[in-house]
Amino acid sequence: MDLDFTADEEGFRKECRTWLEANVPTDELPSGDTREGFKQHIEWENELFDAGWAAVSWPKQYGGREASLIEWLIFEEEYYRAGAPSRVTQNGIFLLAPTLFEFGTDEQKERILRPMARGDVTWGQAWSEPNAGSDLASLTSTARRVEGGWRLTGQKTWSTRAAFCDMAYGLFRTDPAQTRHRGLSYFMFPLRTKGVTVRGVDRLDGDEGFAEIFLEDVFVPDADIIGEVDQGWRVAMATTGSERGLTLRSPGRFMATASRLIDLYHRHRDRSDPVLRDRVIQAWMDAQAYRWFTFQTVTRMMQGESIGADSSMNKVFWSEMDVRTHETALALIGELLELDEGAESAVDQGQWMKGFQFALAGPIYAGTNEIQRNIIAERVLGLPRK
Amino acid sequence: MRFAFTDDQQMLRDTVRDVLQRECAPEVVRAVWEGRPEAAASVWATLAETGVIGMTAPQDAGGMAMSELDWILPFEEIGYAALPGPLVETIAVGMPLLDAVGTDAQKTQWLEAAATGHAKIVVAFEDQAIVPYAASADVLIAERGGVAYCLPMSEVSAVPERSVDRARQLARITFEESEAHRMRSDVEGHALLSLAKERATLATAAQLVGLSRRMLDMAVQYAKDREQFGKPIGAQQAVKHRLANALIQQEFARPMVYRAGWSLATNQATAEVDVSLAKIYAGEAATFVVKQALQVHGAIGYTIECDLHMWMKRAWALAATRGDSAFHRERVGRHVL
Repeated sequence: MDLDFTADEEGFRKECRTWLEANVPTDELPSGDTREGFKQHIEWENELFDAGWAAVSWPKQYGGREASLIEWLIFEEEYYRAGAPSRVTQNGIFLLAPTLFEFGTDEQKERILRPMARGDVTWGQAWSEPNAGSDLASLTSTARRVEGGWRLTGQKTWSTRAAFCDMAYGLFRTDPAQTRHRGLSYFMFPLRTKGVTVRGVDRLDGDEGFAEIFLEDVFVPDADIIGEVDQGWRVAMATTGSERGLTLRSPGRFMATASRLIDLYHRHRDRSDPVLRDRVIQAWMDAQAYRWFTFQTVTRMMQGESIGADSSMNKVFWSEMDVRTHETALALIGELLELDEGAESAVDQGQWMKGFQFALAGPIYAGTNEIQRNIIAERVLGLPRK
Repeated sequence: MRFAFTDDQQMLRDTVRDVLQRECAPEVVRAVWEGRPEAAASVWATLAETGVIGMTAPQDAGGMAMSELDWILPFEEIGYAALPGPLVETIAVGMPLLDAVGTDAQKTQWLEAAATGHAKIVVAFEDQAIVPYAASADVLIAERGGVAYCLPMSEVSAVPERSVDRARQLARITFEESEAHRMRSDVEGHALLSLAKERATLATAAQLVGLSRRMLDMAVQYAKDREQFGKPIGAQQAVKHRLANALIQQEFARPMVYRAGWSLATNQATAEVDVSLAKIYAGEAATFVVKQALQVHGAIGYTIECDLHMWMKRAWALAATRGDSAFHRERVGRHVL
């Protein structure tokens, strides 16, 4: 066990920090989940990619730096420490790309990865349907075989930033004779084309971060299926593993939030309250716990182990920690918590209430925490499914 | 950055696990509970033969001069088996302290005897009057007024106090703080005494992780076996989620404990805070797992007949000893805020 960073890792950290300190926009960008803010975030993504920071762990041929997982975690720590903008390319870089690396053809990787990482082509996920949420295998959208490809019909929902994105990916039934998780295929499809209607949906915090996607006989060529036809479930499950796991929410984000919380505590009007003090300490400790848990997990992965269902433990931990941390911040702010973003008297520009509302989505998205706990109980503890 | 134990460290863990699986079944813990501490004597002897008891002693005293990182996993196994006895006191605290601040006479008298399993050490830090396993120990190391003393138990008055975990064999001790029994108490000696406290806390935290694992294993097994409404109770989501929560708490405590072991072994500036984090997470996880395991067992878990209670009571005792959560949260708080 050696919990010191190597000289190379420290060097990498310094390089990250130097670049970020010189380049992170000094004024906070408007929310990336709004139409205007999205554009400004894409400009930032272009800049990140051109400097080689958009996807540090990727192979160099796709614009990455071939950084190790440890280095990727270091990059994330530095990224959030620097207060850099949220990543609107998230659904492409961290969710679709791992699937392409595992199941994609060379042609697909060549065509898709670089524009995805630069933000020139933006991606949203299209997993859920109105009647297929936690029970994803009950989805009803279909793909009909036609000359040279498929025609997609159906409705997807809760698609993050799909109102502004160019492309999306999701599952469609290619074999109507099959049910549940059999006979599904994994498609990439355009959002700005004939037959597609995208309707933005305002989230809890008021941003148009969600969208519904209506598809009517939308043509998709064979080249835009990932993996084999009818094997989409298996392909998709590989992605959900990374979504729940550390690639979606690395410790750097929560360490930065805990630091900001401590800063808020020091500015707080009444520091004598022992209950609030303890809650702030708890928030810092939990971020530490998540960090060391992650370094342990990543060491296992670097030794060639697969983490599998363990990623469900990550997801429950970080999502519930994030809610508690924001609740603590709001308790420190007191009655001023109701001042929204942009209000003159809002504490820290109202970011804590905004962040709290976003944190509340954590236990719901990427597989609800109820589903995660089922997975932990059944696949890690070995309890019977029924 | 590499967060993993070495092959040697894992092999030592496996050795301890094998010995305890063979020789420390719940019946052994129960026998100690019922007032027969000699039932665990052979376990101590086997652990001494395999070098586990002497692992922290210097090589010239028959030990292997091993560090905190080497004993973390063995203590987790000791917790898993709920093996009673002053193991933390002898292995993690006593022998390294004797070696560091003992007089030549004290070292000659006790170090090799302890390393080879012939003498058990108990420890009473400042303000600590109640000492576990005092009745079956041979030597006491005690801190009084900032000074450390080392004396044979024959010169200590030990009045038994009944403990909820009967296997802990508590006693209230008094002794005469005589010059003859003093250990080194210069500035360095004082620092080494502080280090000994951190080791005691960390080894206790490691045991708590093992206790949690065992209680969770028992509860999972019970949930698979016990049928109601025509199916195992573990098929019910309410039971599943309870046990999933227990696993999450336990698994997030483990790296905190391991990391504190590294910090102590490599003398990091943050070692004290890291030990506090380890104790907080391991103690709170264990007391949480206690409640989940009991609830899953239902009424049978609420009896002395079911083995679970021996692990529950050990967890309560260890979570509160060597600094409870409130104590360690205060230490972390001073560091963070």
